[in-house]
Order: sequence, then C-alpha cells, then structure tokens
Amino acid sequence: MKTCLVVDDSSVIRKIASRILEEMNFQIVEAEDGAQALEACKRELPDAVLLDWNMPVMDGFEFMVALRQLPGGDVPKVVFCTTENGIDHISKALHAGANEYIMKPFDKDIVAAKFQEVGLIEAPV
Amino acid sequence: MTPPDYEYLRKLLKDQSGLDLSADKQYLIESRLVPLSRKAGLQGIPDLVQKMKNGSTSLVAQVVEAMTTNETFFFRDKIPFDHFRQAIMPEVLKARAARKSIRIWCAAGSTGQEPYSLAMCIKEMESQLAGFRVEIIATDLSQEVLEKSKAGLYSQFEVQRGLPIQLLVKYFKQTGEFWQINPDIRAMVQHRQLNLLHDFSQLGAFDIIFCRNVLIYFDQETKINIFNRLCKIMEPDGFLVLGAAETVVGLTDAFKPYPDKRGLYRPNDARAVRAPAGLVAPRIAAAAAGM
Ligand SMILES: C[S@@+](CC[C@H](N)C(=O)[O-])C[C@H]1O[C@@H](n2cnc3c(N)ncnc32)[C@H](O)[C@@H]1O
Repeated sequence: MKTCLVVDDSSVIRKIASRILEEMNFQIVEAEDGAQALEACKRELPDAVLLDWNMPVMDGFEFMVALRQLPGGDVPKVVFCTTENGIDHISKALHAGANEYIMKPFDKDIVAAKFQEVGLIEAPV
Repeated sequence: MTPPDYEYLRKLLKDQSGLDLSADKQYLIESRLVPLSRKAGLQGIPDLVQKMKNGSTSLVAQVVEAMTTNETFFFRDKIPFDHFRQAIMPEVLKARAARKSIRIWCAAGSTGQEPYSLAMCIKEMESQLAGFRVEIIATDLSQEVLEKSKAGLYSQFEVQRGLPIQLLVKYFKQTGEFWQINPDIRAMVQHRQLNLLHDFSQLGAFDIIFCRNVLIYFDQETKINIFNRLCKIMEPDGFLVLGAAETVVGLTDAFKPYPDKRGLYRPNDARAVRAPAGLVAPRIAAAAAGM
C-alpha cells in the first residue's frame, strides 16, 4: 500500500483529503504544519505528499525545500494543494521541485486526475 | 410531459442531431428543456412543443443544442493522446515527409479541450515538425460550445482536470478567476459549426480524425452511416480515434482496429476494392504520387 502524507493546518481539509486518498488506497499520515511533516519524513519517507502552502511554524514551500534535501527526499511526489492560485506561486513551486499543483477548492476528480498525472495511481481503463 | 410531446421531441432530436433517446428519458428532457422554456418566456414543455410545431426554427435549434452533452476535459482518457504522440504522429510524419502537411479533424470538439490538447501536443513536438503545416479543425453541432472553444477561456476547475500543471503554466494566462489559452495555441485551431448527420465532404481529406464521445449518443444505423462517410474523407493511411465506449467492430469494415492500441483505427485496405471507383481510387493514386 502506498503512503500519503497530508499536510494542512485545517483539520477539516485533512479529513476530506484523507477520505479521498483512502478511497484511492493510500495509507494516510497527517501533519498540521511543515515542521511536523518534516519530522514525519525523517522517520519514514512517504510515496506522496499532499501539501498546503500557508501554515504556521513552517510553511509548505519551506517544508518541500527541506524534504528535497533529505537523503532520498527527491523521490516522494509532492502535490501542492493550496488557495495560492497565482501563476507566480505555481512556477515557484515547480522550480523548487513540486510535481503537481492543485488550486483549492478541490474535489475527488481533481485529486485523482493529479495523482494520475504524476503516476501515483493508474488511469481507469 | 404527455407521451405525444415526448414522442415528438424524441423524433425531432433523432432527426436533427442523431440523439437516440430510449423510451424512458423524460427526466433528461425535462431537466434541460424546462429551464430553456422559462428563458424563452414559455409555460413549460407543452408550450415549447406547440411553438416548435408552429414552425419556430430558432427554438428547434435551441432545443437541439440544449439536449447535447458537452462534457469534456483536457487530455481526456490520456491514452488516446499517448497514441497520438507515440504512434500516430511518428507514422504520419514519415508518410507526409514529402507533402509536409498534416490535417487533423476534431469531429465533436465541444468547448475546445480536445482540439487544444492536440494543439499542445503538436507544439511540444515543434522541433520534429519544422517546415510542416499542421491544421487542426474543430467542429461541433452546438454554436454555444464553439464560442467557448474559440475564446479558450476556462475555469479553475476545468484546467485542473487532465491538464498537467507544467502545460498550464506554459500555455495559459491567468485572467481573474479564469485561465485563457495562449493566442499561439488558439491560432492553431480553426472552428466550424458542423452537424455530423450532414455532408462533411467539403472539409477535405484528413490524416487524423478524432471523433470521440459523440457516436455513443447515436443509433447503429447512424453510426454506420457516419463511419462510412468518415472513411471517405480520410487518407487511406490515416488514423481514426474513437472514445473509450465506442468501436467500429460489428458495425462496419470500413475501418479496422490498430493492433494493441485501444480506440485507434485505420481505414481498411479492402475498401478500395468495394468502394465505388472514383471516390477512393484518385486519392490512392495521389498518395502514391507522393502528394
Ligand atoms: C461529450 S462531448 C465530447 C467532446 C470531446 N470529443 C471529448 O471526447 O471530450 C459531445 C459533443 O458532440 C456534439 N454533438 C452532438 N451531436 C452532434 C452532431 N450531430 N454533430 C456534431 N456534433 C454533435 C455535442 O454538441 C458535444 O459538444
């Protein structure tokens, strides 16, 4: 089973995202901010990270930069999931190593489409 | 809705757009046509039907458009676009090396996601296409979707279904809440209103035809008729791409499935023997002459 780290300071969003991802057969680990997420990654690298941008303590962008420097940290697929929907933010994230980018609000179809895009799940036949 | 009104609408839709509704689709008609009748200042479906019977052609057109299903998204089903890049284009590039022109038809382009997905694929292959002229023609029955396609303006939701983020960044500009596809990509697609039930031979010959998720709404006879006409305007070495729920198998032998590539078909050589002389032969001759 693949693992997905769901990082968002909103417990509601974490819950919605986790439910969607569980349906897609992911095992979920949750984190409330970038620092917690980084701790989780140091313990064990997930296959995927669904990542909010604006969070207290450490934001999603800083987290991703730190993650990419961990040994093996280039492997997890990072999918941003944020209300930051400007092209400048998107470009910045992609340059720093994000694999995909979801602009909130999101739904199951969008998560599935994006996870397919980066090869985390198979396209339905 | 009274049974006679339902029958009237069913027949009208079948004749006008090919839409083949089973006997129990009253809810579908109501959900689409009750709002339309209100907008037109009419008292629901009986009133609407009466006006159409009195000969309101503009109302007929509106009803037909309202009953189309326009759902689409960028790189829908993904695999056809992999076929396009990895199987179709390499072969067509070789076959057209002398002529240096490629014609592509999106036969039910809807709001543009399909033709623009193809345009982006082409753009990404630019280096291999030096000196080539590539035409993409998008047609649809519905004027409304064509207008949207021409504008190339999509909601945040629409650009997140099937479109890789790198392509969004590369080929779209953000305008408020919307995303607009760049003028150079838009310029690669020509738009035309066209009903597949009517003659389309005036479009000329195509190397590649995408005809996806539209034939599913038609009955067998209509499908067969369209397949046979598609075959006639397709280059003998062309490619036909159908939707995931569509096939030629059991309907016509004008096309044959391409081995191991789902949804991909090519004209059957055998048709040259059966097709009336004069329709096919000159084009084969032209292809042989390297035109
Ligand atoms: C479900 S969409 C498919 C769009 C796109 N090809 C795709 O696969 O995503 C079907 C389209 O077919 C168009 N259509 C329906 N009947 C038609 C007809 N008789 N001639 C041309 N287009 C038609 C509708 O207007 C609609 O935009």
